[in-house]
Amino acid sequence: MPEMITFTLNGQEIKAPKGDLLIEAAKRAGVEIPAFCYYEGFSLQAACRMCLVEVEKMPKLQPGCTLPVAEGMVVHTESPKVVESRKSMLEFLLTNHPLDCPVCDKGGECELQDMTFRYGMGESRFTEIKYHENEKQWSPAVYYDPARCILCYRCIRVCDEGLGVGALGLTYRGVHAEITPSNGDHLQCDECGWCIDVCPVGALTSGTYRYKSRPWEMDHVGTICTHCSNGCKTTLSVRNGEIIRANNRDRSGINGEFLCVKGRFGFDFVHHAERLQTPLIRKEGQLVEASWKEALETVAAKFAEVKARGGKFGVVGSTRTTNEENYFLQKFAREGLGTANVDHHRTGDVATLLDALSGKTGALATIGDLYTAKAALVIGADLAQQHPLIAYQLRANHRHHQMALYTVTRGPVREDQYSRKALRAEPGAEMDAVETLREELAKHESLAVVFGPSVKGDAVRRLVAFCDSLGTKVQYVCLVDYSNSRGAMDMGLLPDLGPGYHAAAAAGMTLDGMLDDAALDVLWVVGANPLEKRGLASEGAFVVVQELFLTETAQRADVVFPAASAYEKNGTVTNACGEVQRLKAGPRIMGTKPDLEIMGLLAKEMGLNLGIWTNEKVFEEIRRMVRGYNVALPVIATGGAAQTMPVNGRVPAQAHPELIRSDGDTLFTSGSLGRYSKMLTSVMEAPGQLYEEKAAK
Amino acid sequence: MLFNEPNPLEVRVLTKRMEYPQKDPIGIDEFLAKEGYAGFRKALGMAPEAIIDEVKKSNLRGRGGAGFPTGLKWGFVDRNSPKPKYIVVNADEGEPGTCKDRILMENDPHMLIEGCLIAGRAINAERGWIYIRGEYRYMIDILDKAIGEAYERGYLGENIQGSGWTFHLSTHTGAGSYECGEESALLESLEGKRGNPRLKPPFPATSGAFQCPTIVNNVETYCAVPWIILNGGEWYANLGTPRNGGTRLVCLSGHLNKPGVYEVPLGYNLKGLIEDFGGGVWKGRKLKAVIPGGSSSPILTADEIDIPADYDSLAKAGSMLGSGATMVLDETVDMVKLAHRIMKFYAHESCGWCIPCREGTAWLEKMLRRLDEGVGVTRDIDMVGQLSQSMLGRTFCALGDAAAMPTISIVEKFRHEFEAKLANAHVFVPAPETQPLVVL
Repeated sequence: MPEMITFTLNGQEIKAPKGDLLIEAAKRAGVEIPAFCYYEGFSLQAACRMCLVEVEKMPKLQPGCTLPVAEGMVVHTESPKVVESRKSMLEFLLTNHPLDCPVCDKGGECELQDMTFRYGMGESRFTEIKYHENEKQWSPAVYYDPARCILCYRCIRVCDEGLGVGALGLTYRGVHAEITPSNGDHLQCDECGWCIDVCPVGALTSGTYRYKSRPWEMDHVGTICTHCSNGCKTTLSVRNGEIIRANNRDRSGINGEFLCVKGRFGFDFVHHAERLQTPLIRKEGQLVEASWKEALETVAAKFAEVKARGGKFGVVGSTRTTNEENYFLQKFAREGLGTANVDHHRTGDVATLLDALSGKTGALATIGDLYTAKAALVIGADLAQQHPLIAYQLRANHRHHQMALYTVTRGPVREDQYSRKALRAEPGAEMDAVETLREELAKHESLAVVFGPSVKGDAVRRLVAFCDSLGTKVQYVCLVDYSNSRGAMDMGLLPDLGPGYHAAAAAGMTLDGMLDDAALDVLWVVGANPLEKRGLASEGAFVVVQELFLTETAQRADVVFPAASAYEKNGTVTNACGEVQRLKAGPRIMGTKPDLEIMGLLAKEMGLNLGIWTNEKVFEEIRRMVRGYNVALPVIATGGAAQTMPVNGRVPAQAHPELIRSDGDTLFTSGSLGRYSKMLTSVMEAPGQLYEEKAAK
Repeated sequence: MLFNEPNPLEVRVLTKRMEYPQKDPIGIDEFLAKEGYAGFRKALGMAPEAIIDEVKKSNLRGRGGAGFPTGLKWGFVDRNSPKPKYIVVNADEGEPGTCKDRILMENDPHMLIEGCLIAGRAINAERGWIYIRGEYRYMIDILDKAIGEAYERGYLGENIQGSGWTFHLSTHTGAGSYECGEESALLESLEGKRGNPRLKPPFPATSGAFQCPTIVNNVETYCAVPWIILNGGEWYANLGTPRNGGTRLVCLSGHLNKPGVYEVPLGYNLKGLIEDFGGGVWKGRKLKAVIPGGSSSPILTADEIDIPADYDSLAKAGSMLGSGATMVLDETVDMVKLAHRIMKFYAHESCGWCIPCREGTAWLEKMLRRLDEGVGVTRDIDMVGQLSQSMLGRTFCALGDAAAMPTISIVEKFRHEFEAKLANAHVFVPAPETQPLVVL
């Protein structure tokens, strides 16, 4: 418990921890001290001087953002001197700032506008000629207007301190000073666009959003990003059913301040011209548009026929569909179709981890835990490229708490910048290097272990045994690739495990098995692209695909259903840390249906009773039936994250380490879906994939 | 090289070894022959606390401009800190009108080195840097040569004079920024970063160069130290006035008969300086105003200069002793033009870090230029004062104050000149068929 002191703020006595910054103590007491350059969590600047307040016994006005509170301090934030000072600062700022409000993207969300309304003079006395410098474009996504820039240096700090990229700097001096990108006139960076969000004015604007809308014309829908497995909340700004932009204006997600290029810009696949909007049926060798009725009847008839004669089904689930959809799919397969051949594209050995952890509690780390652990060990992962939120959390932990980081990777990674030891090891051979860190790791009170897909099978058991021997409190994150990769496993999209890692009644074929079986009768693929680089052995198989686009797998299909993307539906997804969060539907694309609805309609067509197929009802069943998913509904319903504790016991699974194949995506690739995002493909600057495992074939 | 013949009234302590005309810098042999490094050798036999005590007794105050008591500053350093300690010489000499540090470094470079050595002993430092403004390119050769001589003779490097103490010294150039004369901006520049000032606290004595305890002092301040050690702090203090010890090099420039650099005891009458040393206003003209301590100091009218020229007295008179750059202005000086020229300097030199200085100096420069051209209304004259007041005390570092203070004083004391300019102004009268775009 920190030492508390009492100080006086505008006549009121306030208690605050000793040494707290005045601006923070005031905020907690409900008093706003305005500031541009102060940004919580980043280095102090005291450059904008908006936060100057009057402190008795101190001759000059003091900046509230750097002054620590002390016992007996008497502070006035609304005295005439302070009010006049704020007016002056804003007047100074508005001398060269162009009156661009009518054409500036930031209008309506601009902190300078807000401050001027509240604290500024009504009239400007500036009658000279403004200093002007033309707007520049630094990348497809980022534009910079030096005239509008108020030089608060937030962009520099978030890029440098927050991300460790440091792509922005400052050149020239005085009124001529301006923010400058890494390559002089253009940016070479992660293109995350955080600088655009963090800019209080319209100096940094988005190349994809400019001039399209006003913020009050759009609905802002907070949902979970559909790309990697970190589970960031992204706010889609939707107007007339179309996503105009996405950003992190709502910072209430587990990602807090952070959002990467995929979350911010990787939404444009939703409105891609090639989105499937009608069902397709193969007639005379060609896929032709058909009605929902016909498509559903065709599939239902085929499924019923194959089921009646005891034929072979193969069901492939998705790493991006919701928990409700995954649960319903495996239920459909097992109870509806009577098949145990259920699998999906596995990208991390969660099952072995849970088995090895059986008997331990609290052994899985949340995104929040990564910020508070005293030490962290990263094995076989290029976090900055593949799991940017996790990378951000660890870096923030190091910045604020001096967390000790240790990395064991195949090549240089950005985390090497601050890791205490950066060891090199080939994928699959990391454990030898990890064990050399025994002495170092044992020193710390708590340890977060983040390991990538190359640590699988026995290596996972060896890792857990090693960490047990350290005598430290250890929590794990088993990295998986996509937004609901973890949910796919938790919901039992595996041939030998049912929902919650119970043993399935009978063990079925794996994904590879299905694709290699020449006698397969039906292949039902929901939101996956297994035939991207592989062939289907069974030439006579009836292939049903639920997809957004005509992918390689859809092109082989006999029936294709146009599905809704994650941004167009509700439901829940689970991130790599096991935190379940809800999606919220933003846009609607005409003609598509959420996968749950498609499966429900199919069940109805087949006369199957699999329960009511609404998100709420299915989630109710998940809460009852799936171990660890008995989470507090209010948390989910209000957009929060609840950690699931899937199982604390043995997991009866067959180890298939060879089936665990990560796509090794970077910041600019996202499986098959990423190919349809023009934004991601146009700013591709990744230095190359460090980790990628493709099928042996 | 010395600019001017010495004046018999000078009290030559720091300039003791210099002879007019001084063609070359005093080399180490001549230096040693004239009590060179004697102060240092004495300091080697003193405890560090004793060195600092002597400097405290001397009432030596920072000669760069701020006038902070030097002994007190040195006392803030924890000489037992596990971090290395550093000495930094502020040879930026950026204050307009100042030209004394160059005299000291050009002519008697070893004296500066000796001062650094004694300061180094006082705080247990292991290395020092002389930060020289980029414009003094030629000075680097002079100092490097002297430093080389000192190394050769065992006054720098390892085991100096058999004491067991190791101290290194080197030069470092600036690149043309006035702001880098501010101690924290200087340290940033020394570390290879942008010359923006730092948040204080922590002060350099706790966290300075490379986050280690550091003292930063002006060239003249360091040069006084060997004499203080040699002759005693009390002796030095008695040369000046109470709390304003010693002598200082005054840079007399402007409309004088005998401009130049003169070493005078602190407390010598300001008017006397102009007449006895400067030879009075030139060309038989009348004195209009004096800028006593560099362009940052508030201006004094002819009736306000009959005061002792020391830190306290000038502060009491509403100005400052500053860097000792005393500029004399005769009756022909256009005060509005002067105000503009001063503000133009600060607008150009503003580092741009904080809003009031960056925008304020730029705005004032434009406004004063316009007023100098006679375009404006009476409200503009008030605004110059008001905007300057808005900058005063609110900026991140003292540059904003340095821009505001002289401007406020010029407008206050010479308002009639501003009004006169505007009285003769042309007012834009639009022809009947055109519409004015802006109506003031």
